[in-house]
Amino acid sequence: MKRIEAIIQPHKLEDVKEALKAIGVDGMTITEVRGHGRQKGHKEVYRGMEYQVDLLPKVKIEMVIADARKEEVIRTLATAARTGKIGDGKIFVYDVADAIRIRNDDRGDAAL
Amino acid sequence: MAQNAAPDLEKRLADLDKATKAAQMAGDNAWMLTSSALVLMMTGPGLALFYSGLVRRKNVLGTMMHSFILMATTTVLWAVIGYSIAFAEGTPFFGDLRYLFLHGVGAAPNLDYGPTIPHQTYMIYQLMFAIITPALISGAFAERMKFSAMLLFMTLWSLIVYFPMAHMVWGKGGFFNASLGGRIPAFDFAGGTVVHITSGVSALVCALYLGKRLGYPNEGMRPHNLVLSVVGACLLWVGWFGFNAGSAVNAGSLASSAFVATHFGAAAATLGWMFAEWIHSGKPSVLGAISGCVAGLVAITPASGFVQPFPAIVIGAAAGVVCFLMVTSVKKLFGYDDSLDAFGVHGIGGTLGALLTGVFATKEVNDVFSGKPMGWIDGNPGQVLNQAAAVAMSWVLAIVGTLVILWICDAVVGLRVQEQDEIQGLDLSMHGEEGYNFES
Repeated sequence: MKRIEAIIQPHKLEDVKEALKAIGVDGMTITEVRGHGRQKGHKEVYRGMEYQVDLLPKVKIEMVIADARKEEVIRTLATAARTGKIGDGKIFVYDVADAIRIRNDDRGDAAL
Repeated sequence: MAQNAAPDLEKRLADLDKATKAAQMAGDNAWMLTSSALVLMMTGPGLALFYSGLVRRKNVLGTMMHSFILMATTTVLWAVIGYSIAFAEGTPFFGDLRYLFLHGVGAAPNLDYGPTIPHQTYMIYQLMFAIITPALISGAFAERMKFSAMLLFMTLWSLIVYFPMAHMVWGKGGFFNASLGGRIPAFDFAGGTVVHITSGVSALVCALYLGKRLGYPNEGMRPHNLVLSVVGACLLWVGWFGFNAGSAVNAGSLASSAFVATHFGAAAATLGWMFAEWIHSGKPSVLGAISGCVAGLVAITPASGFVQPFPAIVIGAAAGVVCFLMVTSVKKLFGYDDSLDAFGVHGIGGTLGALLTGVFATKEVNDVFSGKPMGWIDGNPGQVLNQAAAVAMSWVLAIVGTLVILWICDAVVGLRVQEQDEIQGLDLSMHGEEGYNFES
């Protein structure tokens, strides 16, 4: 099993969700996060006080999938989240040792 | 027949006279009670929202509490002794104790202050001013003052600075009272000197005495929720109609004139600040627009019952631009931490408004001097000097009074919170609560 962690632009979340649903990925966890990579932040001014804001709002998607689906899911996710500009985000892939469905003790791929 | 008609006619005239007076009292009283409620609304929720949106989220409740608790403490203080010091006849500088515990303040009108409303209405209306004035100062020591010290400070400040200053300008026989026998008649319709200069200048003294917030100005101290501040500013704008138009103490044409001047001043100042900022920094910020609106309301306050609509626009526009430069450039130059710009907006806006009142006051609006010219444009340039004298007195009283009070509070309870309490935020360290609990 693989855990896919994707950090994307918040306004691309709906597109990504639709695309993943279309290829049959049902489960995911979404978190609102702040961060930056190579993208520069912006300047805010409050009554003449300037603030450099580096951490920008992003959305983090996490999901665990069967090994066989890895390339398909990554391709779908990247296509749906892409605008072609700096700040589109990144995808990280991790190995997962096991998965357990709490309701009935299903293990491994059956628990996904 | 003829012998009977005369007393009958006399009685009917007397009845008619009584009915007319009762009708006028009902109308005036309705407006003054409405105005009282409007002015209270300026403190809570108006100022509480305006200020709390500008602080960091860990201090949102503590900042709201500064305004809210004054609605309670000042009220009790007012009932016991405050009204008497401010409005009883006495020396030119403070009143005697004839209204102690509101003795004799009842349904019968006070002919000097409001001949057509119950004395009690006048008393409660003036109380709302006594509440908001110290609340304005709290913007200067936001995010770092102990709650106990703040309560003690506000109580002493009301007693030593506000009540005497209100007496000097509005009390019968007060030193600067223009209509009730003052020695140096100065115009202050609704509190440019009494409310805004005293609070604004005291705010500067507080900011200097307390020192900067930890991490200021290097650490980010962005407003945590400008939405609250916009709502607060809108409530202030509406409430200010009670503040200024209510200061006519009746529901007649003077109230209309003050209402119009207030609205025009606020609008012009909003535009003044917005365009100044747009040209200066490239973007017209929302915080700038609402700050300009408040600056204009402050500046038009002393002038509102004395000037015509277009001078009101001039006063407002000037206040918008001057206060913008004050809180952006001048504050940076001196490096003091007036957290929410109580001085830049109220101290400077109030001073500018009080001086310009001497320029634009006219007998066309409010014939205080019985036909004689009033302001500079009326042909009485000397009035600007009288205004300057009242401004100077407010500055001196605010500086000296506030310094003494801060020194007392520092010695008795200590002014500033512990360093770890300031880092944790006043909501948790002072009140044991948080403003935003997302888990529940």
